[in-house]
Amino acid sequence: MLSVKNLQRPGLAPCSFTVPTGTCTALTGPSGSGKTLLLRALIDLDENTGCVAVDDQERATYAAPDWRRCVGYLPAEPGWWADKISDHFVDVKAAEPILNSIGLKPDILDQYVETASTGERQRLALVRLLAMEPRVLLLDEPTAALDDATVETVERLLTDQLSKGTSILLVSHDQDQANRLCRQWLTIKNGQVREKKIP
Amino acid sequence: MNSYIALSYFDLMIAASLLLINGALSIWLKLGLERQYLIAAARMVVQLVLVGLVLKFLFATTTPWWTLLAAVTMGGFAGREIMARQERRFTGWWGHGLGFGTMMIAGSLVTVLALTITIQASPWYDPRFALPLFGMVLGNAMTGIALGLNTLTATVTRERPAIEAQLLLGATGWQAMLPFTRRALTNGLMPIINSMAATGVVSLPGMMTGQILAGVDPTEAVKYQLLVMFLIGGATGLGVMLAIFGSVRRLMDHRHRLRLDRLQRPA
Repeated sequence: MLSVKNLQRPGLAPCSFTVPTGTCTALTGPSGSGKTLLLRALIDLDENTGCVAVDDQERATYAAPDWRRCVGYLPAEPGWWADKISDHFVDVKAAEPILNSIGLKPDILDQYVETASTGERQRLALVRLLAMEPRVLLLDEPTAALDDATVETVERLLTDQLSKGTSILLVSHDQDQANRLCRQWLTIKNGQVREKKIP
Repeated sequence: MNSYIALSYFDLMIAASLLLINGALSIWLKLGLERQYLIAAARMVVQLVLVGLVLKFLFATTTPWWTLLAAVTMGGFAGREIMARQERRFTGWWGHGLGFGTMMIAGSLVTVLALTITIQASPWYDPRFALPLFGMVLGNAMTGIALGLNTLTATVTRERPAIEAQLLLGATGWQAMLPFTRRALTNGLMPIINSMAATGVVSLPGMMTGQILAGVDPTEAVKYQLLVMFLIGGATGLGVMLAIFGSVRRLMDHRHRLRLDRLQRPA
């Protein structure tokens, strides 16, 4: 479970919400409304104040690198720092089964980042994140660059994660996707987070 | 040995007339450089004449306090020069302090070492040895530090997604910065490595040439030049490392966040 109390930063009014264990919460809002600001504050990449906890363990008790292993954040445009794809994986063995389940062949790891397509890179970024086995996932448009069939495999993977007890906060512009995966909705507008009643 | 030929001011005027030819060429070819030429030459004359007078005074007095004051002033100018060459400076006193601080630490450490152990001047702070050495060390370390810092801040700003991607996978700030730290160190140290490699083959160092012109035996002049090059090499390495490691620390905070907000945007 991810619980957030009075989280605050420039561009984001104090907000409180929880994402229960094994469920997915959708976060929607127009661009520039503060979705990324919220996610970056949760993962502690920007200065912020407030209480964030995973399963009642406070963020402040974690060293920052450990916190980011416990709460995985997939940005809309994931970064790559090495030439070879495999160099972005801490544990290649742990990544292989996930690669298979998401429709990627393990030998893609031997390729170079610039030869992978946008959609492949997006999935690879998700795989390297899941290989750390985080308990909470913050996903910023994880299927934006994918075709319908691949979206389905990614959604199946996310459903698997949910059944393992992972909590997911999902930014998605796809209303149908949110309906398929999420039980709870948050909207954000001008930095104000509100809970939305299920339609 | 004592074949030193004193120059008269008339000799210098003849040499200075070369600049007049350059100026005339610039006007004739409409290069528009004559103003800059004139100003730079005038600055050089005024600065060097003043420095000559200051050094004469300092050598005559040989007090530690005046020598220290002169050294700190030199360090201040070097620090300002480093700052002026930065595209993205640190905000607050770090912007001013980083260049000056690292220059003073690296420069004085190496100079004091040379004065007390190698040259064994007496007293060790004798400005006749201390200030020229310190000046040469500063001048070269300055270039390396400025280059290294510029590389670091430019790369880190550009590579922010790559650095943050590593942080997001549980890397520490230090690990995430390592490839870019390395690049900055290499760039900062490259000039001194190049200049050590080229010395004597491509270039005859100014100090050695000066000594030879002043009548010193060439092999003796070479020994002094080697000493100076070692000092410069040591001080540059030390200064560049201090400056880069200090900056990396400043660019990361205790929660391992990349703090680009601690850099100013280029004007």
